[in-house]
Amino acid sequence: MVATPQKPAYKVIGTRPVRPDGVDKVTGRAAYGADVVLEGMLFGSVLRSPHAHARIKRIDTSKALALPGVKAIITNADFPAQESGTLDLGEGSANPKWLVDNVLAGDKVLYHGHAVAAVAAVDWHTAEEALGLIDVEYELLPFVINVREAMLDAAPILHHDLRTNVRARNVDTPKDRETNVAMHMRVEKGDLAAGFAEADIVIEREFTTSQFHQGYIEPQNGTAHWNHDGQITVWTSTQGAFSVRDQVATLLNQPVARIKVVPMEIGGGFGGKIPVYLEPVAALLSKKTGHPLKMWMSREAVFQATGPTSATWNRVKIGAKRDGTLVAADVSLCFAAGAYPGSAVGAGVLCALAPYAIPNQRIDGFDVVTNTPKTAAYRAPGAPAAEYAVEATVDEIARALDMDPLDLRLKNAPEEGDTNSSGAPWPRIGAKAVITAIKESAHYNSEIQGDNVGRGIALGFWFNGGMESSSSVAVNPDGSVSLILGSTDIGGTRASLAMQLAEALGVPYEAIKPQVVDTDSIGYTAVTGGSRTTFAGGWVAYDLGQEIRKRLTERAARIWGVDISTVTYHDDAMITGTDKDGKEQRFTFEEICRRLPSTGGHIAVSAMSRRNTAGPAYAGHIADVKVDRETGKVTVLRYTAVQDVGTAIHPSYVEGQIQGGAAQGIGMALQEEYWYDDQGHLRNGSFLDYRMPVANDLQPIEVILVEVPNPGHPFGVRGVGEVPIVPPQAAIRNALRDAIGVNFYHTPVTPTRILDELLPRA
Amino acid sequence: MATSERLVITATINGDERTFLADSRDSLLEALRERLDLKGVKEGCNNGNCGACAVILDGRLVNSCCVMAAEIEGSRVETVEGLAGPEALHPLQQCFLEGAALQCGICTPGFLMSSKALLAENPAPTDEEVRFWLAGNLCRCTGYDKIIEAVQAAAEQMRAQK
Ligand code: FES
Ligand code: FES
Repeated sequence: MVATPQKPAYKVIGTRPVRPDGVDKVTGRAAYGADVVLEGMLFGSVLRSPHAHARIKRIDTSKALALPGVKAIITNADFPAQESGTLDLGEGSANPKWLVDNVLAGDKVLYHGHAVAAVAAVDWHTAEEALGLIDVEYELLPFVINVREAMLDAAPILHHDLRTNVRARNVDTPKDRETNVAMHMRVEKGDLAAGFAEADIVIEREFTTSQFHQGYIEPQNGTAHWNHDGQITVWTSTQGAFSVRDQVATLLNQPVARIKVVPMEIGGGFGGKIPVYLEPVAALLSKKTGHPLKMWMSREAVFQATGPTSATWNRVKIGAKRDGTLVAADVSLCFAAGAYPGSAVGAGVLCALAPYAIPNQRIDGFDVVTNTPKTAAYRAPGAPAAEYAVEATVDEIARALDMDPLDLRLKNAPEEGDTNSSGAPWPRIGAKAVITAIKESAHYNSEIQGDNVGRGIALGFWFNGGMESSSSVAVNPDGSVSLILGSTDIGGTRASLAMQLAEALGVPYEAIKPQVVDTDSIGYTAVTGGSRTTFAGGWVAYDLGQEIRKRLTERAARIWGVDISTVTYHDDAMITGTDKDGKEQRFTFEEICRRLPSTGGHIAVSAMSRRNTAGPAYAGHIADVKVDRETGKVTVLRYTAVQDVGTAIHPSYVEGQIQGGAAQGIGMALQEEYWYDDQGHLRNGSFLDYRMPVANDLQPIEVILVEVPNPGHPFGVRGVGEVPIVPPQAAIRNALRDAIGVNFYHTPVTPTRILDELLPRA
Repeated sequence: MATSERLVITATINGDERTFLADSRDSLLEALRERLDLKGVKEGCNNGNCGACAVILDGRLVNSCCVMAAEIEGSRVETVEGLAGPEALHPLQQCFLEGAALQCGICTPGFLMSSKALLAENPAPTDEEVRFWLAGNLCRCTGYDKIIEAVQAAAEQMRAQK
């Protein structure tokens, strides 16, 4: 770990305790969404579209309803009608009209696997059997999968009422005709023409990326009970219980007071478990049948109908001076949103050039609908594709100038006070610290040897989120502290927040008992996503810690009969003072807690925090690869991820986030992608054919933590989860150029694509 | 159309003889989860590609989603629920915990059972052997490094205990 001078001597932060939910998770006791069992529970299943684009002419459920054991069947018509609007999801937003049509298709199916109808039955087999008895008549429509084709004037139109939302000045994008382009945005600063005129070299390249899936191992699920008194309870694996509550309330047209969401343990999300799919359907089926009802998706349905990222088509033009100064950049990003508008292109626009201080720049973003599943957030949504294109182009500039690629990046790295793409000044950031740490790393200073072996580097940037978190605490007479959380724990949240409260109070980690609760039991808390949870939850823990310190100090003053100003709460949780007789007094934390019941009562406090001081994250990865010229197989020989983490609260989980994110990025770089056939059918909706990295695809991912504390957080936390997925595609692509002399312009670089380049063409 | 039959099945589950009623269409995964309430056995794909449902059947590692419940009559099945002793966790469980070898934890039961089967066969594997053996278990959160390290730490403890 690279230490920074500002870091205080923490007692709990920086240690590696066992997580509070750990034993349940290694013994199989932890209850995930699919593990819910309720008295009288029914099972639900969903019929999905066999077509990429079709009008639903008729749905006949009579045969299915006649099957013994089938209790109810619903379609889109069973949902209340929705007006167009905006529903905040926490990480992104949704139009309720589109959200309900995605949950169960309206008059058209818009992608292969689009949900059409849902069945409730006494058991899962019966529900599945009933699906085969539902008769749907479709009128096939022309479809479009590819983002570039979807933008053409002659493209099949998905939504006839869609017009381009133009968020750019001085552009000729039409706003008044049928289109698949839902949005065109532009961010610019400086003088682009003057910038390029100053440049000694200009390199312009075009890139495409395939569609990737988050690949969480636990499929989506949802259990609901619509009680006879109108109260609706939903049990689900989600990144945001409150987000589910709000979405379900909107889609069912019910007040939020009627809905309680119980977040179960969640088996991975990576952004994909924010939108609802099954929960509102389960609720409606429960209402229709009077029973609680559980649903979960098959893996094929997960691939067909949830999650994926945008397939993208991007152009980058960068101008540089001979000394390596980057003077101008013109970037255009086209992201396929899937069936309904709302890709992550906006974040892509703001991230694309963030690793560089380039004075003259313009970035255009286009959000485009296609006959593919509606995209969802995926770890640093929008950033990987955008930054891949820029990092690949910058590498070509370094080559053209015969400059070390790291030196070029260091020369142009932004620092505090420089402005970002939208013109706002950067706060304290670790871009240069990361590049310097790469330069000093053992990996970067090692030799690479052999034929067809190469090394590449790439940088990555992500904003990190702030948003809203709530918690409450109760101080117990035995000196333990209950910590109630609204954030679902997707990989160590209970531990990282308990550690921050322990640090704030000066008590051992073991004294804190964290618990994640339902939406009726805690204040509003935004999603576990956007790398925000350790940051925002940490702020709340800190605020609560300060309040408890104050109240315990007051209590001691009262017991000693003195003014509070004469009593001190020390950082080791010792309270000292002089009583009214002038005698020196002290309480340990346990001692004062023991006195609470008899000196005025227990202490309980709640707090909410919404601060916008999240610290941006920079990362840099080094990849060594070897190419087998016979088979096209790429082996990653060595991989190092360097990242400014602000402060590592629990270093093992920080390393784990970085290793996991890098592994996903390596999957994008080399092996994962959606395959559609000429009918617009997804052909690889299984873990066998959508090839995520397995243990023997990877070598150890070395991690170097750089700590540039975030001045906007009491413990310097920045948020670490997302940025590690950003650099791998470009790092590996640049390493391949070094290894075999070929520049690739598409990810993933599969063996087939390598052989296409290496083998003489017939 | 699929036809179903009710079956009465008797098997030894985590050391205890159990008799239960199953649907002839039930996989072992469904039987364990739905009929025997062993919810520690996880479903990630239901077609043999993720290892979340891994159990040990008569000493052999299997994906329980790819075994029919009807096939286990008279067999011995070990699941994650049988791994810990009354006093202490199994060394693999303890090392996974201490080594932060889980993030979301959905893959963990499968990894624990796979690792147990590995160490029964090969008590002193190389890292490469661990990686190859565990290639049938998907983990999307960790990037595998901490899992490999935890398995090696447990292997060392188990060798020392012998
Ligand atoms: S659920 Fe059995 S292998 Fe995935
Ligand atoms: S810990 Fe989440 S899949 Fe392995």
